[in-house]
Amino acid sequence: MTITVKFFASLREQVGTSELQLPVTQPLTVSQVWTQACGNSSLPAHLLTAVNLEYVSCDTVVKAGDEIAFFPPVTGG
Amino acid sequence: MKLRSFRRSLGVNMSIEVTTKPFNPWGRLQAHETSLNTHFGKTGAVATFVGTMRDSNEGDLVQTMWLEHYPGMTEKYLEKISQTAFQRWNILDTLIIHRVGEMHPNDTIVLVAAWAGHRGPAFEACRYLIEELKHHAPFWKRETLVEGSRWVETNTPG
Repeated sequence: MTITVKFFASLREQVGTSELQLPVTQPLTVSQVWTQACGNSSLPAHLLTAVNLEYVSCDTVVKAGDEIAFFPPVTGG
Repeated sequence: MKLRSFRRSLGVNMSIEVTTKPFNPWGRLQAHETSLNTHFGKTGAVATFVGTMRDSNEGDLVQTMWLEHYPGMTEKYLEKISQTAFQRWNILDTLIIHRVGEMHPNDTIVLVAAWAGHRGPAFEACRYLIEELKHHAPFWKRETLVEGSRWVETNTPG
């Protein structure tokens, strides 16, 4: 069972990939997903987080099959 | 990547499009007006916002701009704010078109419009939609300068 982790914009370039699959054996918070996906670093405070296309806070618990996204502040319009 | 999205649900007349293609905002407004025959005689006001690419930023010449988005989430967020606008104000119709991909100076980046019986709700809904879009919709700008390129880190305050 895996979750999909996505990165966008400048963060995608820093991480070096746009998407990865992460195996999950127990419930994880969004912060813990970041730590597992990004080499045990802690989640930078300025990053925005989404689960299944909706904004969430970093303590939201995710499950297998979910899509988690990390991205920098937005600059559209 | 889903390049184009256009959705209209019963009861809430909102239209949303995210497109890689250049578009003429005035032509699209006219076409949308023509499609609004169900509101004939009821529309007393339409407020519009058109955002255009400038050729400079923070003192540097900008040659091209790349706009990235989060396919799926971006469209969902634009739908959400459109629905909220219908809940908050007495409006008849909304239209949001946003460009993604490579753009050049003077290209239209975004068109937002709100139709209503009166100017108050039309202005307020239009302002709400563009501000929510700019502050929360997942789009990111990358500028190509004369030398090198950079991600835009923050939007201008207003």
